[in-house]
Amino acid sequence: MRLDAKEPSGPIASKWDRHQFEMKLVNPANKRKYTIIVVGTGLAGASAAASLGELGYNVLNFCIQDSPRRAHSIAAQGGINAAKNYQNDGDSVYRLFYDTVKGGDYRSRESNVHRLAQLSVNIIDQCVAQGVPFAREYGGLLDNRSFGGAQVSRTFYARGQTGQQLLLGAYQSLMRQVHARTVRLFARREMLDLVVINGKARGITTRNLVTGEIERHVGDAVILATGGYGTAYYLSTNAVNSNVTASWRAHKRGALFANPCFTQIHPTCIPVSGDHQSKLTLMSESLRNDGRVWVPKKQRDTRPPEQIPEAERDYYLERKYPSFGNLVPRDVASRNAKQACDDGRGVGDSGLSVYLDFKDAIERLGPDAIKEKYGNLFHMYQKITDENPYKVPMRIYPAMHYTMGGLWVDYNLMSTIAGLHVLGEANFSDHGANRLGASALMQGLADGYFVIPYTIGHYLAGESLPKVTTDHDAFKESADRVQKQVNQLLSIKGSRGIREIHRALGRIMWDDVGMARTEESLKRALAAIPKLREDFWHNVSVPGTPDNLNQSLEYAGRVADYLEFAELLALDALDRSESCGGHFREESQTPDGEALRDDANYSYVAAWEFKGVGKEPELHKEPLNFEEVHPTQRSYK
Amino acid sequence: MRLNLKIWRQAGPGAAGRLEDYTASDVSSDMSFLEMLDVVNDSLVRQGKDAIAFDSDCREGICGMCSLVINGVPHGPDRGTTVCQLHLRRFKEGDTITVEPWRARAFPVIKDLVVDRSAFDRIIIAGGYVSVNCGGAPDGNAILIPKEISETAMDSAACIGCGACVAACKNASAHLFMSAKISHLSLLPQGQVERYRRVVAMIEQADADGFGSCSNEGECEAVCPKEISISNIARMTREYVRAMLVAGK
Repeated sequence: MRLDAKEPSGPIASKWDRHQFEMKLVNPANKRKYTIIVVGTGLAGASAAASLGELGYNVLNFCIQDSPRRAHSIAAQGGINAAKNYQNDGDSVYRLFYDTVKGGDYRSRESNVHRLAQLSVNIIDQCVAQGVPFAREYGGLLDNRSFGGAQVSRTFYARGQTGQQLLLGAYQSLMRQVHARTVRLFARREMLDLVVINGKARGITTRNLVTGEIERHVGDAVILATGGYGTAYYLSTNAVNSNVTASWRAHKRGALFANPCFTQIHPTCIPVSGDHQSKLTLMSESLRNDGRVWVPKKQRDTRPPEQIPEAERDYYLERKYPSFGNLVPRDVASRNAKQACDDGRGVGDSGLSVYLDFKDAIERLGPDAIKEKYGNLFHMYQKITDENPYKVPMRIYPAMHYTMGGLWVDYNLMSTIAGLHVLGEANFSDHGANRLGASALMQGLADGYFVIPYTIGHYLAGESLPKVTTDHDAFKESADRVQKQVNQLLSIKGSRGIREIHRALGRIMWDDVGMARTEESLKRALAAIPKLREDFWHNVSVPGTPDNLNQSLEYAGRVADYLEFAELLALDALDRSESCGGHFREESQTPDGEALRDDANYSYVAAWEFKGVGKEPELHKEPLNFEEVHPTQRSYK
Repeated sequence: MRLNLKIWRQAGPGAAGRLEDYTASDVSSDMSFLEMLDVVNDSLVRQGKDAIAFDSDCREGICGMCSLVINGVPHGPDRGTTVCQLHLRRFKEGDTITVEPWRARAFPVIKDLVVDRSAFDRIIIAGGYVSVNCGGAPDGNAILIPKEISETAMDSAACIGCGACVAACKNASAHLFMSAKISHLSLLPQGQVERYRRVVAMIEQADADGFGSCSNEGECEAVCPKEISISNIARMTREYVRAMLVAGK
């Protein structure tokens, strides 16, 4: 299989404009004759469904929650980037493009990233028109802030709830289309299979989560906007119902999965408090501006922090990175925290956290100044941990946060299955090996509002799509397959809990496929995952019946998919024996311990083809060419 | 710690429900309330028994999915907190805790603690938006909005649509939810064009879905996890009266 990214020719700045003109159009009167299935209602899914409805397509939109407004985009806090240059501080489309390619550690496709930067400005206009209450200055103009170490202020925000406000804007536009009857909404539905007829995506099979009915939905194209796969690690900052199932089942029907090993781990999260923890909560990493990170020098030192004298503390970031100190980049901060804990010097009951100490800052600036800067974060921390960070050092630990990998798509956001388009975090997208802060919201909305409305028309106008119905054999085969798995899960009647197995998988992934990976650890994971999968299919207990709301059954189906997907993630990490962005292979580092890319051998997108559960997948490579931004080694010296 | 639980179990929408006794033993005070329910469920699952169905998703207080009435109070005893952010340290060893679903005619029980809140979506479908298609928006800075107006709109827009306001109200009124959206949009210039049509359409939809009226008890505001102010309801009422009298809707 040859991967054709279908990048338009010509200079980078005019590729998208040229492509927009060259793409085929669907006559306005014909749009309603096409049915488009959109799975997911986060920023990408809701914006796509709303925009396609506005254009006059007949849209079927699915979500697993009780309402489209609950999708996990809602939890994004910080903001959304756009190259508006409202602050007159030197920003431009080209600079946002450049920063994103570089920040992605040169593992993204230049043409896609440039289009993203171009469209960023339209997103803000659209959201403002919808009534999104962005932060403003006293003169009434939109406010911006600098975010994630960017040298320009290009981040738009709505308090700490930017994701929520953007999602509600998209949700409201979507609901307007439901009112206009261009969009039909299917809430509490889970996509469990993709239906492919004559090589084209023509429908999905869903389970109605309330009645248990296996349903067939037919369309002319399918759009997946089903988010990332961070929950394969069990503990993450993702919502507990976020999952890889829709992407994975499309992968099993032939869509290639790209760069699954590119995962992002965020250094400042509230640590795990016990085995029962279900998710991790993120705190803004701005805390590292004034907090000092340390652990005791002695292993398994159980004294309370105030009883550990200065001389027996190891401010390891300040020691190892004297010039950057506590402000080293996310990946370096995360890896060092893990190393300290692996060395037995972690703190807290679990030994899986490090101190973030504000004592010096409070002495220097006074408690009021600290409260003004970080009051809301200190409050949130105290609420969750019951510890007062003004008195005792905070405890932090890194957590799985975002996944850059996903289903492979071309410039038109179409996967390797004709008609199957993938948007937002679910595609392997524009972030390369590392996503910059405030760029996830930008990508989700660019894909949904401004890319797919054009590219889907190009696909539909260029294909002959004979009418099919849900009576087609392919729909029957798909429904039977889904039903069979449901029956199988319910018939195991073992004694192991579903969560117990998911947690065991998370442990393997975190320990061996986490922040620092080695050939040895990855091979260990690749041996352990199939065993755990075997254990699951023999010993899991899935109670209840298939014909009503059965959350155990839903969860078991998702865990079954993590147990297959995790193997691919580990294999991809093993295959890519270089370090880049969020993927750190200990074998590939500079003498200073920094990530060392290997451009000569790994400047490609790794796209994997499914060959069967437990069978070696086939690797296809899309070479990456950098004509504009020339790869250099990142350095923090 | 050890807690005694009385949890509402109901097999389906038409079935009779009842409170059943469970014990959460060996749970830690650091756990969240929902993590405690996870532990109870994990134990039921290992025994092959039907798990207690309850809704939750983000578990950080923003998605609005979790929806439990704890000892008679939606989202439990902490002010401005969703139940996913409620921790067991708020309870004492040996406490007996009653856990029930939202109760309102417009929110029928689907199973156990899970209710159908699609009536909220229908209220938004009726008019809770600004009618702008993608593509024709003017520059973001073309519309100047005073910071105070923008901030007040944001206070209202912070609603997470969980439905606690309805569950707390003796009339099962959706006024706080509706008025938050109506305030958000009617305060901003973008929402002016459809201002009167919106308020009338949304209120009519709420009536059609069986939500009650407001009798100014203020229970909605007291339980709202985002502390949405009851003054939104006053604003909505003004908007409605104006729509009726001035705009003749």
